Amino acid sequence: MGATPVIQTGGLSLPRVLSEIRRLWLLVLAMVLVGCYLAAVEANMQGKISPDFFFPALVLGLVFLVLHVVARITAPWADPVLIPTVALLNGLGVAFLRRLDLARAKPSERSELTVFMGLGGRQLMWTLIAVAGASALLWFIRDHREISKYAWTLGLAGIVLVMLPAVLPGSISEVNGAKLWIKFGSVFAIQPGEFAKLALLAFFAYYLVRKREVLALASRRFMGIDFPRGRDLGPVLVVWALSLMVLIFEKDLGTSLLYFGMFVVTLYIATERVSWLIIGLLLFFGGATMAYVLAETAGGPFASFGTRVDVWLDPFADPYKSGYQLSQGLLGLGTGGLFGQGAGAGNPLEVPEVHNDFIFAGMGEEIGLFGLTALLVLYLLVVERGLRAALTVRDSFGKLLAGGLAFTLGLQVFVIIGGVTKLIPLTGQTTPFLSAGGSSLVANWLLVAILLRISDAARTPAGTGGAR
Amino acid sequence: MPEIVLAAARFGFLVLLWIFVFTVVGVIRRDMFAGSRASRLVATPRGVNVVAGARPAKVKKGRAAHQLVVTAGALAGTKITLGEAPITIGRAEDSTLVITDDYASARHARLVPRDGQWMLEDLGSTNGTYLDRTKVSGPTPVPLGVPIRIGRTSLELRP
Repeated sequence: MGATPVIQTGGLSLPRVLSEIRRLWLLVLAMVLVGCYLAAVEANMQGKISPDFFFPALVLGLVFLVLHVVARITAPWADPVLIPTVALLNGLGVAFLRRLDLARAKPSERSELTVFMGLGGRQLMWTLIAVAGASALLWFIRDHREISKYAWTLGLAGIVLVMLPAVLPGSISEVNGAKLWIKFGSVFAIQPGEFAKLALLAFFAYYLVRKREVLALASRRFMGIDFPRGRDLGPVLVVWALSLMVLIFEKDLGTSLLYFGMFVVTLYIATERVSWLIIGLLLFFGGATMAYVLAETAGGPFASFGTRVDVWLDPFADPYKSGYQLSQGLLGLGTGGLFGQGAGAGNPLEVPEVHNDFIFAGMGEEIGLFGLTALLVLYLLVVERGLRAALTVRDSFGKLLAGGLAFTLGLQVFVIIGGVTKLIPLTGQTTPFLSAGGSSLVANWLLVAILLRISDAARTPAGTGGAR
Repeated sequence: MPEIVLAAARFGFLVLLWIFVFTVVGVIRRDMFAGSRASRLVATPRGVNVVAGARPAKVKKGRAAHQLVVTAGALAGTKITLGEAPITIGRAEDSTLVITDDYASARHARLVPRDGQWMLEDLGSTNGTYLDRTKVSGPTPVPLGVPIRIGRTSLELRP
């Protein structure tokens, strides 16, 4: 077990202390940035900066400090940049949502908007819960291989979580036409699909590790044709097909695309065969084309997909109805230009769902291409660190899990930002860590916690009792 | 708020955002080098060509082996600094060199130092251990730069 806190036993040599400070310094810098954003918002929207403008940044800073300490104790070798980077994204999300609250409130009531009120306050509360969840995961799971013990349970839980909203009546599960929620009363709702993503990925990783050799041997038998025997692949295909079918019923194409990509990439990492990627892409494009043709001819459950493709092809064909959201988002991005209008100086409320799917367009209007590129680079760095952990860790389960998680995060960012910027048809997804949404935030912080755990195992040097 | 302050906030935030990005990149860079120093299993090369799959070094007599280098297979590029302790090779988690090779056994082979020579022993593996092209049956001395083949993996002793 790599649970020994090396901080104490490692002695307090100068480089050690310096590196501790440097780690913390990154987090402090991230929170200072969030504070600056909040200050700029107040300056632009109220004409003055209130004395307690930095409160959200302070609360967030304390919350992330707790996570940082927990990570230093339970995962001393974990990647040092994951927490500060994700904390910055999360913090900017909270700050932007607070900015939307300010815009919605009457000018006279703006100064009365306290830290825990409105969308921003809600997101702040969810951040507390998410960070508590991530800390608990780091504290109780000291070796990522423990997860593989519960793989079958997790696989089953994943399917149940995905299916639940489809089975439940629409009054409990439907929001904006997508059936993927479980509502508790009118204020509190969770999106079980976000958690199913993690559970299914753990199951895929476990199962493919177990069957890796059989898959390799069986495909060798077919002399270059890389199809493994059906019965080896059966359970994974069943899990995938089931989740995909259910997702079509839940009318959420973004998530089904995410699951499909997750599945294909895990398979690719497990078997090291590029042909899986080619097969996956062909299947995906074939499926998408077929869905579009069906939407044009038959309609029915595919009609919404057809509309989305039409909007994607020309958002300005019907700019006041079906194309309204996308065209407003694009206009927002265009108004932002290179450097943006400045935090709090734009009109993000012109874009429907700007707190959710279109947060990137809303932020783009205010921080411009330079700011958005920085955010994208931050996502890229998180994904890169995840893949790095996957490359370095020694056990196959950890490799598959870390690789799959990192890729899933990257794919999700691509799907939603590609949609918002009209690169691909828009599919409903949350922007990880930025968008308003508790389930997404909690699930993505759990994902980061697992990456931290695996990167700790990967980077523990030999001889310190770790997994190396 | 005067216009100049707002403009300063607008550009200052972007500058600070990019400073953060570059700081993170800097930490990653420093961290990579610190990581390779701290790791004892994968030691920094000492005058050895780092390129994975490098051609076998010329056999030089009278020089002791200091490193075991994986030249081919999934772990290509991995180096183990040799000491006094025997090196076990296999898929078992407790091996000194854990190889993930479909043709390797759990406890496949062992390298034992004896009188300044490293002796290679097969531990009853299913697919056998080869020293260059010959199958190893008993303890065999391993010269520098001669490939030890286990499944798809190839290893070499280097000075």
